[in-house]
Amino acid sequence: MTQQKPLLSVNHLKTYFQSDDGLVKAVDGINFDVYQGETVCIVGESGCGKSVTAMSIMGLLPDSSTIQGSINLDGEELTKLSKGNMRRIRGNKLSMIFQEPMTSLNPVMTIGEQITEVLLEHQVISKKQAIKKSLELIKLVGIGRGEQIIKSYPHQLSGGMLQRVMIAIALACDPKMLIADEPTTALDVTIQAQVLNLLQDLKEETNMSMLLITHDLGVVAEVADRVVVMYAGKVVEQGTVEEIFTDPKHPYTRGLLQAKPVLGSRKKRLYTIPGQVPKLVDLKPSCYFADRCEHCMEICTQQTPELKCNDNSEHKVACWLYEKEVVHQ
Amino acid sequence: MSYSNNEVIQTDHITKTVQRSSLWKEVMKRFFKRKMAIAGLIILLLVFLFSFIGPFFSPYMTAGTNPQEIHQAPSLSHWLGTDHLGRDVLTRLMLAGRISLTVGIGAMLLAVTIGGILGILAGYYGGLIDQIVMRIADILMTLPGLPLLFIMAAIMSEWQVPAEQRLYIVMIMLSLVNWPSLARLIRSQVLSLREREFMVATEVLGLRDKRKVLNHLLPNVVPLLIVTATLSVGGAILSESVLSFFGLGVVPPTASWGNMINTANTLIDFTNRPWLWIPPGVAIFVTVIAVNLLGDGLRDSIDPNMKGR
Repeated sequence: MTQQKPLLSVNHLKTYFQSDDGLVKAVDGINFDVYQGETVCIVGESGCGKSVTAMSIMGLLPDSSTIQGSINLDGEELTKLSKGNMRRIRGNKLSMIFQEPMTSLNPVMTIGEQITEVLLEHQVISKKQAIKKSLELIKLVGIGRGEQIIKSYPHQLSGGMLQRVMIAIALACDPKMLIADEPTTALDVTIQAQVLNLLQDLKEETNMSMLLITHDLGVVAEVADRVVVMYAGKVVEQGTVEEIFTDPKHPYTRGLLQAKPVLGSRKKRLYTIPGQVPKLVDLKPSCYFADRCEHCMEICTQQTPELKCNDNSEHKVACWLYEKEVVHQ
Repeated sequence: MSYSNNEVIQTDHITKTVQRSSLWKEVMKRFFKRKMAIAGLIILLLVFLFSFIGPFFSPYMTAGTNPQEIHQAPSLSHWLGTDHLGRDVLTRLMLAGRISLTVGIGAMLLAVTIGGILGILAGYYGGLIDQIVMRIADILMTLPGLPLLFIMAAIMSEWQVPAEQRLYIVMIMLSLVNWPSLARLIRSQVLSLREREFMVATEVLGLRDKRKVLNHLLPNVVPLLIVTATLSVGGAILSESVLSFFGLGVVPPTASWGNMINTANTLIDFTNRPWLWIPPGVAIFVTVIAVNLLGDGLRDSIDPNMKGR
């Protein structure tokens, strides 16, 4: 897989927002690649810059933000595209599904209208063909009675069905890359599993790539090929799902894994990482996790560690604990 | 794409809801539960029939003036009497109804079109367009409406606009005065809709602006548009009557309810010939009340949160 050219390649991406308190570095120089047919999960606490990363890739940031670095999708540099060209890519090559299926569909349009709309927008296709294609898509995402579904309005369907409809809309134009921003958070647990399985199946059938944003490590374990752990706008660890789960290196990743409930071992309280994500304004060069870290050393508060491999694998970590030059205290 | 072998979820329970579907059917159902609104609708329909079909049953349509029959009191041959030129008042009342209703609805349609388009553009694009549109609206709203209409009407008289064209100019004048408040209302609605998640979703799907505005924004604004439009018809009919009463709107020989009441200006007509001015007054009153009842009913049935007030 590593020999291939990546489908999506994010390099030195920096997304800053101007706020009243100063410059907020929501995403601060991150790198990652997503290859064809691969699922990459971005995990982290709330406020780590996961969603901002997704929005940066989609080009949906408000005007108050500045974006630097490069986002390359299938040979096209997304940050340099004009608005019109970006619009042609969205919903077509690059698609996205949201957290809240209930509010992401227009309440006054039928499901059918909302699916055919995307097809009519991006493909040269007649209305009849578009309706036929929508019926296929509805069947594809596992909903029966397509003829009735396309005539119904969003309020007449359940959350799980709406999320399936959202997936159908997102997949309408056979995207190469699907971004899913916490697609199962708003659904109840039984439906979550169904939707995840569906996404996984569809991904394998169509050979698209998926960038899944989540804070649910259960989801990560189930679907991810590779994992990117983000903390305070930076990538702190990156590796395959086995590497992350069996051999977590960064203390933050370890903390996240420890905070996950494990079946069979009932504890009074779940483990929590003390403290919270620092405010992303005026951060001094240091490891941003330093004041929450139990292994904090002197260097951690003075220099920012770089994301690098410390052995021959692709497993990268940004932590001073693994720097050979640093003398362990 | 091949089909997923993912299990098909059972959808039996939704079939019933899908059958009756459609938001509009729900609205109609709620609407028909409101007796006052139905009454308003029926009265309005009757007024329409009276004005547009009624004249065909009148024997005096072609008669025009008749010096032999001036100032006759209501009788079997002239149900509402005749005026100072011997014209049948009932027939004139019907013809005036045509004018007043046409002006009311025409002015409303124009105002809704201008206000709707500008409101949506200002709300959706914001920035410079918003500034320009809303500042013009603000300026127009700071000027009191009636004096403004008087001035425009006086200019119209000065230019000696032919009587039959004044009708259309009155429509345009009324809509010019009415669009700013409509545009404001629509703009505020669009501003809140624009931030809704489904509008962000249209962005993600890469839809072009035309589709976003026409397919996604407009249908969400339509209920509000219908209600305010209906209510503004009443206002437009009233304004036209006021103008015509002062001889500044639709002028004789074209009849309008407003210029028919004008006869009440002379003391003899006012005291001795009430059949000349009571019928058009009642017509205005009934029509405007009916329009308002209908508008209120529509608002309540379109927005269920308002019910039970």
